[in-house]
Amino acid sequence: MLSAETIVQSLASGLLMGLLYGLIAVGLALIFGLMDVVNFAHGEFLMTAMYATFGLAVLVGLDPLLSAPLVAAALFVFGALVYLGIVRFAMRAKKNIGMVQIFTTFGLAILMQGLAQFLFTPDYRSIANSWLGGKTLSVGDIFLPVPQLAGAVVSIATFGLLYFVINRTDFGRALEATREDAGAVALVGIDRNRVFAIGWGLGAALVGLAGAIMATFFYIYPDVGSSFALIAYVTVALGGFGSVFGAFAGGIIIGLVEAITAMILPPSLKSVGIYSVYLAVVFLRPRGLFGSI
Amino acid sequence: MTTTPLLETSHVWQRFGGVVANNDVSITVAPGEIVGLIGPNGAGKSTLFNLIAGATPPSDGTIRFDGEDVTALPATARCKRGIARTFQVVKSFESMSVIDNVIVGSLVRTASIGQARDKALEVLEFTGLLHRAHAPASELIPSEKRRLEIARALATSPKLLLLDEVLTGLTPSEAQYGVELVRRSRDRGVTILMVEHVMEIVMPLVDRAIVLDLGRVLAEGKPADIVRDERVIGAYLGERHRARSA
Amino acid sequence: MDAASFAQGRFREFMLAVLLVAGVATLPLFVKDVYIQNILVLTLMYAALSQSWNILGGYCGQISLGHALYFGLGAYTTALLFTKFGVLPWFGMLGGGLIAALIALALGYPCFRLRGHYFVIATIVIAETAYLLFLNWDWAGAALGVDMPVRLDSWVTFQFARSKLPYFYFALMLAFVTWIVTWAFENSKWGYWWRAVKDNADAAESLGVVVFHSKMAAAAVSAFFTAVGGSFYAQFVAYIDPGSVMSFQFSLLIALPAVLGGIGTLWGPALGAAVLIPLTELTRSYVGGTGKGIDLIVYGMLVISVALARPDGIVGLFARRRRARASA
Repeated sequence: MLSAETIVQSLASGLLMGLLYGLIAVGLALIFGLMDVVNFAHGEFLMTAMYATFGLAVLVGLDPLLSAPLVAAALFVFGALVYLGIVRFAMRAKKNIGMVQIFTTFGLAILMQGLAQFLFTPDYRSIANSWLGGKTLSVGDIFLPVPQLAGAVVSIATFGLLYFVINRTDFGRALEATREDAGAVALVGIDRNRVFAIGWGLGAALVGLAGAIMATFFYIYPDVGSSFALIAYVTVALGGFGSVFGAFAGGIIIGLVEAITAMILPPSLKSVGIYSVYLAVVFLRPRGLFGSI
Repeated sequence: MTTTPLLETSHVWQRFGGVVANNDVSITVAPGEIVGLIGPNGAGKSTLFNLIAGATPPSDGTIRFDGEDVTALPATARCKRGIARTFQVVKSFESMSVIDNVIVGSLVRTASIGQARDKALEVLEFTGLLHRAHAPASELIPSEKRRLEIARALATSPKLLLLDEVLTGLTPSEAQYGVELVRRSRDRGVTILMVEHVMEIVMPLVDRAIVLDLGRVLAEGKPADIVRDERVIGAYLGERHRARSA
Repeated sequence: MDAASFAQGRFREFMLAVLLVAGVATLPLFVKDVYIQNILVLTLMYAALSQSWNILGGYCGQISLGHALYFGLGAYTTALLFTKFGVLPWFGMLGGGLIAALIALALGYPCFRLRGHYFVIATIVIAETAYLLFLNWDWAGAALGVDMPVRLDSWVTFQFARSKLPYFYFALMLAFVTWIVTWAFENSKWGYWWRAVKDNADAAESLGVVVFHSKMAAAAVSAFFTAVGGSFYAQFVAYIDPGSVMSFQFSLLIALPAVLGGIGTLWGPALGAAVLIPLTELTRSYVGGTGKGIDLIVYGMLVISVALARPDGIVGLFARRRRARASA
């Protein structure tokens, strides 16, 4: 029988993880909301950020908390380059554009996994010492792992910032406008490719931030992105494609559901709870909770 | 002597959230007529079309077709009963050839591909697209795509054909061809209800005109009377006034 | 083009397939290397699987990235019926196919309400759930899977310890059957409805096509043959586990030949399998063993270039010539 304490502990951890999932997912939601492309290499972007953080920690001795902004910036550049170098061409397809972008980004995912395996071997890595790693904060009887806590704080801050940028700045309005009507936007002098590249950069930077934090408490290996990628897709779809707030809410729900499921079912069936909730939600609301598309 | 109307909408309402798109609309269309549905922008013409075609159910009211209450029937069932439609924004099957597009329509009446193909060829000849039968639909020019929409709909052997702005934005010769096509379709026994904007073209064509404004039926009657009707003129002028002051 | 020349074209297409099958059937006379024979069997199997996937994904436009579910169901049904109840694989194959078709219909009922990416993710998630369930299902062997020791070579139990040839011929037949099924449907009302639904569901409805029924039919046919392929695989490798027959990677591998060869076309999946599978297998054996991931790098680049350069697939290269001939 589970005690009230255990349940609360579980939910608290789930909430923190959920906020982190939201941070992982929001980059995906942003890119999709901007240009209707689902980036099937999103998990590999996360993996890249984790390796980058690991590299900086091991080679330069830079703590993940400090390197997080650097990693995010690097991922920004990377994301923009991926758009300009690969995705841009996928968008030109006249037929089957959905298939083209799915398989283009999927091919990229395989390529990135292969490169990671080639450069770093399949060995599991971890960052032994970091400011955040291994520490817990106790609030009453609840133990909150510091890395997850930091992740949650960064997540909330990021969503707040995103809300501000999208709704209150010119750039945010340009993003919205480009989503609404890319053709008309060109007439007003906004370069569509530039907006898309920045969008991809931003999406990658966000997941880069998540990756930097996750490197403090997760093993790093070439495959690590795949499982988080699926959670990210489910989070975005649950929240509804096209809604940044949906990614936030979706992440929290997914985190909580995962925690609750872990209490009831054996660990290997943990994800079944998330999948069931996704299916239940979309069967009732075919566009997710807050989806506009 | 009154003939049973082919189509009859009775006190039909369509509400979207707080907006009333169709307000107590009751119209009839007699077999063999060509009826024009006109009105300024936002009058509710497309909404009414969707209601008649079965794309959306009405919030209130009934729709009777060929003596049967079809209000609860979806678009597919109405098509089988004899209502066919075109779309304002052309929705051709881009990955298929022209003839295959039309065959999809013919398949409502027959399960045999051979018969469906024969019917499709006949309809393509009727709409002047036979020479393009094997071209991919994606390669047609806009006016040809419009004709394809009509051809597809005609292939379903409809009793009532709903045409949604098929003559808009055409060159004068294309529009003339379109007008002839509508007349010839009626001669084949198809009743036509058409939404149009281009008054000069549609008024000489239709037997009767129904004017919608702000969701309601404003007036109906012979084209010659409608164009002189003060309420109708006021509605269109009012539209221009509304546009100017916006 | 009138009806007569159209029928002629159809006949010619069929004869071409017969000739190809006959040609491929003679390959074992020249190819004695067991390793290469293995690649041939796999190529044919993937051609059949991808052709089945293509019915739902290519013709009807419903992209499923969870088809490993049906493959796995086929494999497990055959394996479990054989090892637990002694049911011959031939019946297991049929049973697996029917179970898969029924499940496809049951899932289709809620899933086909979903559009676009929501649908794709639903297919992924459902397959993953099944994968996790099988991983934890002790009666079905859980993570260890099902072992089917080959006792004696026999067509009755469809098991052959040494020779690959019986498997080769069966796979060839399966590839041919799925091709014929696609060919037949192409010129049937279902084929027309599927393509209409794919291109524009609203317009299809306005022309009397019941979109839902179309999707369900495509799903059932597609699932049935995918499961038969899975049953075949179980017999071929004599050992299955959730990771090898129900994983997400597998779902992608089923779809990829169709995308490469030409999605929604008759020859696409076979062409794509013919190029992709030998390439994958050869890369893996020459390069993959090192654990350096070079096979993944090559594979990834191949997928990207195919998706970008030729969204119509290999078939797109031939399409223009055929169209020019048709309008003559």
